[in-house]
Amino acid sequence: MDLQIALLLGQDGITNGAIYALLALALVLVFAVTRVIFIPQGEFVAFGALTLAGLQAGRLPGTIWLLLALGTAIALVEGSRALRDRNFRRLPMILLVNCGVPLLLAGTLFALSPASLPLPVQVLLALMLVVPLGPMIYRLAYQPIAEASVLALLIVSVAVHVTLIGLGLLFFGAEGSRTLSFTDISFELGDILVQGQTLLVVVASLMLIVALYFFFERTIYGKALRATAMNRTGARLMGISGSLAGMLSFTLAAAIGALSGILISPITTIYYDSGFLIGLKGFVGAIIGGLASYPVAAAGAILVGLLESFSSFWASAFKEVIVFTSIIPVLVWRSLKTRHVEEE
Amino acid sequence: MKRSPQPTILVLLFVAALLLAPLFLPAFYVTLLNYIGLYAIVALGLVLLTGVGGLTSFGQAAFVGLGAYTSAYLTTVHGVSPWLTLPAGLLVTGLVALSLGMVTLRLSGHFLPLGTIAWGIALYYLFGNLAALGGHTGISGIPPLQFFDIELRSGREFFYLIWAVLLVIILATRNLLDSREGRAIRALKGGTLMAEAMGVNTPRSKIVIFTVAALYASISGWLYAHLQRFVNPTPFSLTQGIEYLFMAVVGGVSHVWGAILGAGLITVLKQWLQDWLPTLLGKSGNFEMIVFGLLMIFVLHRARDGVWPFVQRLFPQRRPGACPIKAQALPRRPLPETDSVVLEVKDASKRFGGLVANDRMSFRVRAGEVMALIGPNGAGKSTMFDGISGVDPLTSGAVSFCGQRIEALPARDIARRGMSRTFQHVRLLPAMSVLENVAIGTHLRGRKSFVAAACRMDRDEEARLLQEAAAQIARCGLYEQMHEPAGSLPLGKQRIVEIARALAADPCLLLLDEPAAGLRYLEKQALGELLRRLRSEGIAILLVEHDMDFVMGLADRVVVMEFGRKLAAGLPEEIQRNPAVVEAYLGGVE
Repeated sequence: MDLQIALLLGQDGITNGAIYALLALALVLVFAVTRVIFIPQGEFVAFGALTLAGLQAGRLPGTIWLLLALGTAIALVEGSRALRDRNFRRLPMILLVNCGVPLLLAGTLFALSPASLPLPVQVLLALMLVVPLGPMIYRLAYQPIAEASVLALLIVSVAVHVTLIGLGLLFFGAEGSRTLSFTDISFELGDILVQGQTLLVVVASLMLIVALYFFFERTIYGKALRATAMNRTGARLMGISGSLAGMLSFTLAAAIGALSGILISPITTIYYDSGFLIGLKGFVGAIIGGLASYPVAAAGAILVGLLESFSSFWASAFKEVIVFTSIIPVLVWRSLKTRHVEEE
Repeated sequence: MKRSPQPTILVLLFVAALLLAPLFLPAFYVTLLNYIGLYAIVALGLVLLTGVGGLTSFGQAAFVGLGAYTSAYLTTVHGVSPWLTLPAGLLVTGLVALSLGMVTLRLSGHFLPLGTIAWGIALYYLFGNLAALGGHTGISGIPPLQFFDIELRSGREFFYLIWAVLLVIILATRNLLDSREGRAIRALKGGTLMAEAMGVNTPRSKIVIFTVAALYASISGWLYAHLQRFVNPTPFSLTQGIEYLFMAVVGGVSHVWGAILGAGLITVLKQWLQDWLPTLLGKSGNFEMIVFGLLMIFVLHRARDGVWPFVQRLFPQRRPGACPIKAQALPRRPLPETDSVVLEVKDASKRFGGLVANDRMSFRVRAGEVMALIGPNGAGKSTMFDGISGVDPLTSGAVSFCGQRIEALPARDIARRGMSRTFQHVRLLPAMSVLENVAIGTHLRGRKSFVAAACRMDRDEEARLLQEAAAQIARCGLYEQMHEPAGSLPLGKQRIVEIARALAADPCLLLLDEPAAGLRYLEKQALGELLRRLRSEGIAILLVEHDMDFVMGLADRVVVMEFGRKLAAGLPEEIQRNPAVVEAYLGGVE
């Protein structure tokens, strides 16, 4: 291996690592706020990428059907509850938010021909289709058992994951897709050719991380999430609704996932099940941070990206084996470091 | 784990049906039943792990793969007899599970499943990329199993082997759960604090069930390899690992029979959905996973115990016996001489970050006395208990118990030396009977291992332990409620169950954290009577209690705590007259 190859691999590793870092942050956030280990995080990556690819190919993305179905399901759950409580005034709002908005979105998609729209509008549409799925899934799958054990929530996560994978196959088919490049710029830096798209991924990830930092430090909702993460009961006593915090963290996780997918889909072919492995690599990063520390999780994720790209050079067949067994030394290190005192 | 009260006759009928099944059923159904049997073996391991132990694994398919590939490789490449590759596969799987368990089981609960996901994926890719294992094409030409001259070539012949293995494993699992070590495993689900305080080595119990579950999977893999006589990586993927967990959860993750039910339901449903969904959707693919996922969410929301409890209601319930069989009494620990110092606490401090919960506390407890630790709420009394009993070790200071330093020992080693305690927030296993809960207290008085329990070679000792537990229950006045689920008792009585459990450990020092809270007047009198009797036998008692009438009427000496410090110490009447104590309790007279 010469320097040039090393730099190339490094560039590759950092690009992927930036995406893993974003996902790792989302995973830590969701776990801290809701105790949910969000296995389906990766599905949002695939759904984001494939929805955008669908729009660009002039197809109606299947995610719209999922949005409509979940909206109807929530409307049924909330509506029947409102009826039981004889709280009829809530009904119009429930219907509008859960059925009206998705229908409006579907109508827009039918009316416009998304393939001819400018790229930023396509991205926006894709996000509007995928991001609401996050809080909707939280509402339906997690909120009814929000007080259950971490273990039960984890099993629900796995169930949601397999459901979404199956739906992904149904919506997008088995063949992979790539989206159009955001930029064709490339320039030479020393000996190596830097692709504009690669740079975009890194810069966008950094900007997102900074935005998240400001969200948590400067906004009331960010602070509410942090409070919930620190002490659920205490936060509730201060008037922060647990389900609101849950919805909010799932919205953020879904948005981060979908954006990550949109960012990498011009450089990698995404299949309906690609998200899972991508998400799990984010997990390896998050575990390095003990599912608790944001900076360590992000750094760990970058490390995973580098490990992956260098092992694909030396032992490409064993790339996944190396990446996923790297979790074992991490766990050894963590188990030597922590002295686990049991929670009530 | 609830004891499945199936009368033996139903089990016999089930076995008879199994014996006849391959003779009458068409080949397709025999094959289906073979797979159900193979899956049920794996799911049974998950019942032990998830439903009983409160842990879980998504990587069981990888363990199945280890068993299958070990046998496939050794028989085809090295010509080893399949009967020798079974122990080889078990050895490989056991070693892997042991090391994986040691790594993850010391961390909080969710690191194990995450570890198994990573491990499941890594092993799948390893199978697919090792040239020696045939890569993604796999290994074919695996020899059939041979019983003397009979080769098990057809599914019908194999059927008997699979189901015989399954039934043996079910029997062994049930035996194991109904034993001393089994109770220790079942105690894991209620959190490790109580189990450790009763002397259970909880990391060891966790590693054992994780390994046993992996070994079950390995056996299933060995059977699979010789049934199919061909292996490739696909059936050992993470997806399959997830499906195994679904089987256990849908069937009923806390019930041994739930594993078979779940394996049957999921396998049949999968077969049916695979025929039906592609036609309905007009596409081919694993769409049954959508249905399974939704089904799982539904089960976890609405029937967390799976389908088995619904089936169980159709059968008559076996009533528990009146009392355990008479057995030889357990040997008792020699008690220290009356008035000798049993416990000496010196300069004990405990800090939680900046908060000093115990500040240089010092006191002594002698054999044959009741010493009360009193003080306002938040004075640090329960923290002191946790420090003494090793549940949450002190930051600094020394604790001597029967002349030996114990402040650095884990709770279970302290328990072994004869200290036993109750908890302020009751820590019982609500679904287990009072008798079984109290029997957890006898854990350190038996020594039969997991293997002995699985083979039923522990019955003599088990009878002695249960008799001891029953005797302590009777002594505490709960004889009538012995077979009721502990969770059904009123809170005051649950505290008494905790005392019985502590007594079942045969302690020389008893730490009681608010034993009288929630008791009625007569019950308090009875408790006082019991404690006086224990004192006269020479047991030392350290007591935290808020009921002053109770404390002052019972205690020989009193230590008063405030803000983590010792405020006063002395005889009850001195304490009652002490101005500092009066001020702490009633506020100063201005």
